[in-house]
Amino acid sequence: MLNPKAKLNPKLFDADVEARPIRDGYGEGLVVAGEKNPNVVVLCADLTESTRSEAFAKKFPERFFEVGVAEQNMVTIASGLGIAGKIPFVSSYATFSPGRNWEQIRTTVTYNDSNVKIAGHHSGISVGPDGATHQAIEDIATMRVLANMKVFVPCDAIEARKATLAAAQIVGPVYVRLAREKSAVITTEDTPYSPGKAEVFWESDKPEVAVVACGQLVYQSLLAAKELEKDGIDVVVLNNQSVKPMDEAGLINAAKSCGAVVTVEEHQVAGGMGSAVAELLARKFPVPMEFVGMQDVYGESGKPNELIEKYGMGVKDIKEAVKKVISRK
Amino acid sequence: MVLNDDKLQSLRDTAVKIRETIIETLIEAGSGHSAGPMGMADVFTAFYFHILNHDPKKPDWPDRDRLILSNGHICPVLYVTLAYSGYFPMEELKTLRKLNSRLQGHPHRKSPPGIETTSGPLGSGLSQAIGMALAARLDKAKYRIYCLTSDGEHDEGNTWEAIMFAGKNKLSNLTVVIDRNNIQIDGFTENVMPLEPLKQKYESFGWQVLEIDGHNFNAIIDAVNEAKAIHEKPTVIIAHTIPGKGVSFMENDYLWHGKPPTREEGEKALKELRTLQGKIESEHQ
Repeated sequence: MLNPKAKLNPKLFDADVEARPIRDGYGEGLVVAGEKNPNVVVLCADLTESTRSEAFAKKFPERFFEVGVAEQNMVTIASGLGIAGKIPFVSSYATFSPGRNWEQIRTTVTYNDSNVKIAGHHSGISVGPDGATHQAIEDIATMRVLANMKVFVPCDAIEARKATLAAAQIVGPVYVRLAREKSAVITTEDTPYSPGKAEVFWESDKPEVAVVACGQLVYQSLLAAKELEKDGIDVVVLNNQSVKPMDEAGLINAAKSCGAVVTVEEHQVAGGMGSAVAELLARKFPVPMEFVGMQDVYGESGKPNELIEKYGMGVKDIKEAVKKVISRK
Repeated sequence: MVLNDDKLQSLRDTAVKIRETIIETLIEAGSGHSAGPMGMADVFTAFYFHILNHDPKKPDWPDRDRLILSNGHICPVLYVTLAYSGYFPMEELKTLRKLNSRLQGHPHRKSPPGIETTSGPLGSGLSQAIGMALAARLDKAKYRIYCLTSDGEHDEGNTWEAIMFAGKNKLSNLTVVIDRNNIQIDGFTENVMPLEPLKQKYESFGWQVLEIDGHNFNAIIDAVNEAKAIHEKPTVIIAHTIPGKGVSFMENDYLWHGKPPTREEGEKALKELRTLQGKIESEHQ
């Protein structure tokens, strides 16, 4: 059952559950962060509307910088702003930022310890018809490998707003991963949120598997948990939104109480959130694991739900991974 | 404004000392770049001993002018100049490129004091300087931002993205100095990747362009003063320098771009510097 302490959307399993793009929460968060702190500035690389930077740009035009289609310049300017006491947020599609400008991020943001916040939009293959060039499926890996970088992957628009506000308050580099298409609103204003914490969204008395998910696939994981319950298989679902720093105690507890783990992410399984969980559990409490995600391939054009299904990250695939991992216990 | 003779002589003497110490530091380090640091010694001397509004005892003073070294590989000249200015003890120069040193092979921010940002990978310093210039403008602060770059790093796309942005935003509190020494690792810039006409390129991007002899203190200081007086656009000073300046066998030879002198070569270089390339007989040690 849904964990009552998580205070999730009561209409979560309704057919007409509210759906909003996760990126909307980023846009709302920017405006609130800008109101709270005059040092917050925003940079964008010719994607102001699409990255939801528009509301901030209209409200605080003097604190908004359009850099044109120049992601390397965007993040290095942000580095200078951060060193000079500002709190810069840079936005583009994740394939370009933090994709194209990775070395600039490494040298001038993380090694340099500049207070820069990077918002990677259009993550995952659910970007849809734009195709593989615009579907970022490596960004968790390339950001979490950087020392001094935090990585947040909010599961819905409300959590994206909270993550954006948290990023503004944290001193130091932060990467926030966002998605394009509408997805179910899972959480509420009252859902507990803090960096470094994986909240239990679905709980069971005698769980056999811990399903550890992040991003919009948390919703698919909850749907899978509900169906599995009907099949007589009890699981827990953790919203592992803080990939770095990760909730080590929470994940070790889940591994101990369940004895098996399935990770679910719209990202390459190599180097992603699941890998980070495996790195932790291999050291602290090894259990059988399965990894739902992109299996060393690129995406393609299509509708989001078609793509999620074709590339094996849907409800059916999560259920199969759960059953497979149980068989390995 | 022409410098008086005493001031001019003092700057010249300091630059010679800085060149000698660069050679000594490179001999001790056993690796590093020679030509660029020697070529830029006069520009660094002019900045730290005349132009910059700074206080070595208060490296974090918020109103200080910022000097960003974009081509971080010439950091021996930065470290030596900072030490002569009093940012950290001269003794520390012996630790360059060694374990547990604050003097990294390429500079790291605040390690040691006086380093405004991390650099080395080329093409990202100008953008960072732009970020600082934007912050100064937002804060209505009076400090100025100087970015020292190389000609070779104008091969980088990131540099040109930055040049476009600074022109668009008319960042008059930003002044760039290009070390136009015509060499890079693989050879002469005009063979590796032609940059000319560099002046016209910058002008077409909305910049004020000044060209000077990068070894003439009056010219360096006059150009910076002219840049300060222009409020409509950023200024770039193309400083023509001689790589390896002061040591005859290093001058204008691109093979000296990325290597240090051996102890024997270093001693020969020091002798040249101490006798002002044979113009005086006795060595001032």
